[in-house]
Amino acid sequence: MSEQMQIPPTHPEDLLADDPLVIAGRAFRSRFMVGTGKFPSAEALRVALEASGAEIVTVALRRVDLTKPQTDSIMSVLDPKRHLILPNTSGARTAQEAVRLARMARAMGLEPWVKLELTPEPRYLLPDPVETLKAAEMLIQEGFVVLPYIQADPILAKRLEELGTATVMPLGAPIGSNRGVRTRDMIRIIIEQAKVPVVVDAGLGAPSHAAEAMEMGADAVLVNTALADAADPGGMARAFALAVEAGRLAYLAGLGPVRETAEASSPLTGFLE
Amino acid sequence: MEAARVQHKDSGFAAVLDLWPKERVKRLIAAAGPEDVVRALSREQLTVQDLAALLSPQAVPHLEEMARLAHRLTRRHFGRIIGLYVPLYLSNVCTSDCTYCFYAVHSGSRGARRTLTLEEIRAECQALARYGFQNVLLLTGDAPKTTPLDYLAQAVAIAREYFASVSIEVYALEEEDYRRLVDLGLEGVTLYMETYDRETYAQVHLKGKKRDFDYRLGAMERAGRAGARRLSIGALLGLFDWRVDGFWTALHARYLQKECWQSAVAVSFPRLRQAPPRHPIRFPVGDRDLVQLMLALRLFLPEAGFNLSTRERAAFRDRLIPLGVTMMSAGSSTRPGGYALGEETLAQFEIEDRRTPEEVAEAIRRAGYDPVWKDFDRAFCEASDGGAGKVISKQ
Repeated sequence: MSEQMQIPPTHPEDLLADDPLVIAGRAFRSRFMVGTGKFPSAEALRVALEASGAEIVTVALRRVDLTKPQTDSIMSVLDPKRHLILPNTSGARTAQEAVRLARMARAMGLEPWVKLELTPEPRYLLPDPVETLKAAEMLIQEGFVVLPYIQADPILAKRLEELGTATVMPLGAPIGSNRGVRTRDMIRIIIEQAKVPVVVDAGLGAPSHAAEAMEMGADAVLVNTALADAADPGGMARAFALAVEAGRLAYLAGLGPVRETAEASSPLTGFLE
Repeated sequence: MEAARVQHKDSGFAAVLDLWPKERVKRLIAAAGPEDVVRALSREQLTVQDLAALLSPQAVPHLEEMARLAHRLTRRHFGRIIGLYVPLYLSNVCTSDCTYCFYAVHSGSRGARRTLTLEEIRAECQALARYGFQNVLLLTGDAPKTTPLDYLAQAVAIAREYFASVSIEVYALEEEDYRRLVDLGLEGVTLYMETYDRETYAQVHLKGKKRDFDYRLGAMERAGRAGARRLSIGALLGLFDWRVDGFWTALHARYLQKECWQSAVAVSFPRLRQAPPRHPIRFPVGDRDLVQLMLALRLFLPEAGFNLSTRERAAFRDRLIPLGVTMMSAGSSTRPGGYALGEETLAQFEIEDRRTPEEVAEAIRRAGYDPVWKDFDRAFCEASDGGAGKVISKQ
């Protein structure tokens, strides 16, 4: 069979080099986004960011002090030349609160991009679909590039895409749970239907989880707790970066289907040869 | 259940408490065997039976394992960070008579009684903001005539000019009163039940509105319904059997998590270390007891914040950091005017950890955690911009 299929072999580096992640018209080489919460020190965060190669880095507006970026333990580590600082609205309970936070960030000089996180309950930090939809509409009208954190709900994803969000960011599992892609079946549908990039966000606890999401065709992943909580955040960031690349490459190279049983080549129609 | 609700019009949790009289809780704790502790440690979500086992003497040989689990759970949910806050005492005038408290009207305390003016509150806020604090807890005694709601509202409004997050620890309020403060930008409410044992409660609270057990018990439900984002509860350790009060505290936290699902519930572990002469401490709580209590509650409530005040010694506080603590106070004074005014007014209790805020932050860093000064933003609240989206100040 392989003798007949004369597809010229692609150099894997070419596959990846010609494959930017495009969000709202902006191209990124890295498909690995990193969150900045929960790290034990500014130094640990700096090392992890370096090792991750991430270009899109989220910061919680509740947490950072944008009036004093030079002394803030998170803001002081970020380099606006290398990182797109993506402010998130975590902790917001209503669309109004999220919109106020986004406006504040823009007024303080950040780019008008916002990761919309409407997490009204503090235990599992699950996203509120109703308020997220409302906030997305308001922010898009005000000219923000909106990246909403959502349940793995394919219809909600389409509704947000129609409103004009730049991505959808369905969760793999609750934030910080390290449980992996538990919402696999719904994320598969979201990826299949989406016209905007799909970023699997939350719950990815191991590089293999990130690779799994990327193999499924996710456009990017976002990871925070698994890095911040690792004994060596830098080492873990590098491991995730490799897994994201591996998963993407596998997706581009075309994965074979998964089968329950071994299969002979053509047991039913072999007689026709 | 319905009948119970009717009987306790001031608190939904009172009906839960009725189901767990102290005899039943004590029996459950006493019945726990070593195998119950092992089972509790292997479960992802603990039952109340598991909680009782972990609070029982049978769990003592397992403290190290409990500590490891508590450490993991806390890190996973909160990360390797410790929030910093500072108390600001607005007044030490008190019309209640709680036998264990130096502020009590008949405590025999001779120190000066003082209620800060609005200008003095501002001066205190300025002094604390200079240390870098972004999270302040405003406290008063139990004296609604001296520190009425209007006064509290003005204090919250002033504090909000200086701090990202403002909380109160004052007498129990009505729901509409909490709502008024929340609308002004109040983030959190702290109110300790002191003890959940009705009998002990009646013995140590001799005077004032605070004698009304159910009204106080229902305060946090009212605060949650009013939109307070953080609800901090606790029993004053030393008033009653800590295992039983700890069990009830955990049930209260669980109840509030369901009832006020948009509020983050936190638990404090204030330990009564000294009391006025008329109040011998009948149930002293040792270091090992306090650690067991914290660990048992962490395993039962993985997502609850744990506050640790400067009532505890510096060295002991540092040891507790990896065991589930999420918030610590620092540089505290328990005297009104204790920061900017430098006055020797009557203190509520003696501070054990006298380190400066920066020294505490350094100790947190040494323990491998990032000290977090800011974890809220004025922009969350309507009051900051009247809804118009204007940024109030760039400083």
